Amino acid sequence: MEDFILQMKNITKTFPGVKALNNVSFNVKRGEIHALVGENGAGKSTLMKVLSGIYGAGTYEGEIVLNGEVQSFSSIRDSEDKGIAIIYQELALCKNMNVAESIFLGSEIKNKRGLIDWEETYKKTAEYLKVVHLDLNPETLVVNLGVGQMQLLEICKAISKNAKLLILDEPTAALTDDESERLLNLIEEFKSQGVTCIYISHKLDEVLKIADTVTVLRDGQTVATRDKSEITKSQMISFMVGRELSQMFPRQEHNPGEVVFEMRNWNVNHPQIKDKKIIKDVNINVRRGEIVGIAGLMGAGRTELMMSMMHEYGSNITGEVWFEGKKVNIRNASDAIEQGICYMSEDRKRYGLVLMQDIKFNVSLPVLKRLSQGGVIDDNKIFHDVTGYVKDLSIKTPSIEQLTRNLSGGNMQKVVLAKWLMTQPKVLIMDEPTRGIDVGAKVEIYNIMNDLVAQGMSVIMISSELPEVLGISDRIYVMHEGSITAELDWKDATQEIVMQYCTGTDETPTAM
Amino acid sequence: MEQLKSTLKKNIQQYTMIIALIVIWLVFTIATEGIFLTPRNITNLFLQMAYVGIASSTMVLIMVCGHIDLSTGSVIGFSGALIAYFLKFTNINIWVAIIIVLACGALIGVWQGFWVAKFGLPAFIVTLSSEWVFRGLIIRVTNSTTIQPNNPTFKAIGQGYLPNILGEDANVNLTALLIGAICIVLFIASQLSNRRKKQRYDFKVESTGMFVARVALISIVIAVFFYVFNLDRGVAIPLVILAVIVFTINFISKKTAFGRHVYAIGGNREAAALSGVNVQKVTWFVFILMGTMSAASGIVYTARLNSAAIAAGTGAETDIIAAAIIGGTSPAGGKGSVVGCVIGALVMASLENGMSILSMGSFEKYLAKGLVLLFAVAIDFLTKDSQH
Repeated sequence: MEDFILQMKNITKTFPGVKALNNVSFNVKRGEIHALVGENGAGKSTLMKVLSGIYGAGTYEGEIVLNGEVQSFSSIRDSEDKGIAIIYQELALCKNMNVAESIFLGSEIKNKRGLIDWEETYKKTAEYLKVVHLDLNPETLVVNLGVGQMQLLEICKAISKNAKLLILDEPTAALTDDESERLLNLIEEFKSQGVTCIYISHKLDEVLKIADTVTVLRDGQTVATRDKSEITKSQMISFMVGRELSQMFPRQEHNPGEVVFEMRNWNVNHPQIKDKKIIKDVNINVRRGEIVGIAGLMGAGRTELMMSMMHEYGSNITGEVWFEGKKVNIRNASDAIEQGICYMSEDRKRYGLVLMQDIKFNVSLPVLKRLSQGGVIDDNKIFHDVTGYVKDLSIKTPSIEQLTRNLSGGNMQKVVLAKWLMTQPKVLIMDEPTRGIDVGAKVEIYNIMNDLVAQGMSVIMISSELPEVLGISDRIYVMHEGSITAELDWKDATQEIVMQYCTGTDETPTAM
Repeated sequence: MEQLKSTLKKNIQQYTMIIALIVIWLVFTIATEGIFLTPRNITNLFLQMAYVGIASSTMVLIMVCGHIDLSTGSVIGFSGALIAYFLKFTNINIWVAIIIVLACGALIGVWQGFWVAKFGLPAFIVTLSSEWVFRGLIIRVTNSTTIQPNNPTFKAIGQGYLPNILGEDANVNLTALLIGAICIVLFIASQLSNRRKKQRYDFKVESTGMFVARVALISIVIAVFFYVFNLDRGVAIPLVILAVIVFTINFISKKTAFGRHVYAIGGNREAAALSGVNVQKVTWFVFILMGTMSAASGIVYTARLNSAAIAAGTGAETDIIAAAIIGGTSPAGGKGSVVGCVIGALVMASLENGMSILSMGSFEKYLAKGLVLLFAVAIDFLTKDSQH
């Protein structure tokens, strides 16, 4: 018989009206890296919440067997005591604490008198940092760390609790390729030391690279558990969506017209560190009916470029914005919207939606003045228009009075999209439009983009996913450290070429 | 069945405070052997809560926007002192004086709004500063004395009644009954037109039975209140002022872009800004509105007492904030109801009034108010929690 560290047997978890998990079985062998994949809403997070005790014993059916013993966790603390550590997608660190304080938060090392033993704390911290190859002063404040470093810090925290089963939820979603690479190596290192790892990810290439076993969830059910050697990427995708995805990227012929939007000699400095240049001499344009992709690594300055265009970021902003052949003066987001230029943020929860309000409220927000008569809002018109977009974009919701916080990632993204379409934009800037949403919803977003462009809209898409940039764009700009390093036609671009420009490698790239 | 249950659940949460209010009224009616529910006392109750309701309606917007105003008590006292001073020591016409005082209130809002919206200081600190500054200015204006303006028109603002069309000695107060009837007609008409508009767009509307029951119930409540006013001295002028202000602020909050923008800012400031909401301007304007309504509240408050003292309005901000919170406004921003705060103000005033009739002292009153505030928020928290 195989040695399972964890067996979750016939887990069923019901929420009012929905069966989030339906008789799920999930077995993890000791010492393996087990990937858990599935569309958003497939039940991955729910399953992990059951495992970690957030949904305590009694709120679900089925049993959890850890190291051969049936467990009934009623809080995270219980599962932590048994050696389970979860690192969430949204990092949970206190920004104003330093590295050492963060690691030992909640399990402070105390001396005989019950006070915190700082000497020991810092000594241990230094040891843990070494384990994850993080070269940091233990007194550095968390607020000064990059996302990748924070991720490693969370892992430190897990090791400090002597975790035997490490669960990582989308750990590389916000990391650069380089950082991801390092993280994956670290996980393999842990594996060689006997730590078992459950790895949740949307990035199937990563999964194939690192996992020993893959389990696919769909609609709250286990659809497959396979050895890595027995499964391919396209099989995984078809398990996830329940259909063969013949074409992930629906390429369509576009016939771009004249230049609609242009930024010339754009220069921006850091908002606080005023002598640090963030954007250097950028010139970009987009034509009518064209999708322009902006590729680059995290921190290349792509988001900053677009935010500074609306003067919502940066200092010492210089350069010109041209729109439909005229130089325009944009002082804030409101001016941009009025011109017909919309920016759809990469962080829909933080910058895109008022989560405590419903779909109707969010979608109508930028156009309330237009939907008013004599200063009074026409609620019925809002209802009518919003319902139209919900139907057009096939947003899955029982009603447009549903609070946006209850929607899945893909539907949230569509609500944000509906909001901008309400303003009838001519240029739509989409920043990481498919981040963290499932494969099915991604394809829907791509189709919508194609439709919009066919209607004469122009789209600028910022994306960190190279296949997406290559698969959707008509033309590609590559950014590196605040400068445009290349402008490519999609036919001339390959992942290798774009990646070389992304990393600013000096050698002339050669097509493969 | 499932649907009925869910609507019921939703409505219970919505009407928790109305139920609480009815319970409080029942308890006091029994405890005071009916004195609490006499027409005279009900009218007094409304007179007592009018100034809190006026300021609280705008406090809701301040809190929805994610801020707070701790200076309301002092601004109420200051505005009262100012108008009392004008009426007692100058020859300025009373209406001109009122406009000057309201303008001063707006200016206070401009000042606070500058520091909060433009400069970016926390409202807690800015308004705490104003609390002291205006308390000081009251002492300057009143010269440390109590001013009694004794102006009959002024007194009417705080304690007068609309004149009876049939004359003062008639058995029936036709004015009260007429206004009540007009209110009911307007209410029913607006509900009907709303429903018809929705049907024209093919939207789902509540079933005819539900609609009739709801409209009838609210109409009866309105009718009962105006009938009670008719039994006493008629419709109190401060109540008219309160109704007009609450109606207006509620309308602004629900039916104008400005109002929706306030909710958006409180819900997610960054998303609102990127959606083209002028956060600075909207926030600033909310403070100007708050200052103006605090001044209006101060005028009504001073007119009822017919005196402006140094300590006038001390601690009023706590009642005003509590009324907003009991009415369902979230101190964290983004959520709140203008109509709710009137219920909140009524709850607080009922406690005060009922306990006074029972000749209880400040000890019991503070205790009761404190615990009611806590339980009100706890109930709201529980019902909200069970929905997820």
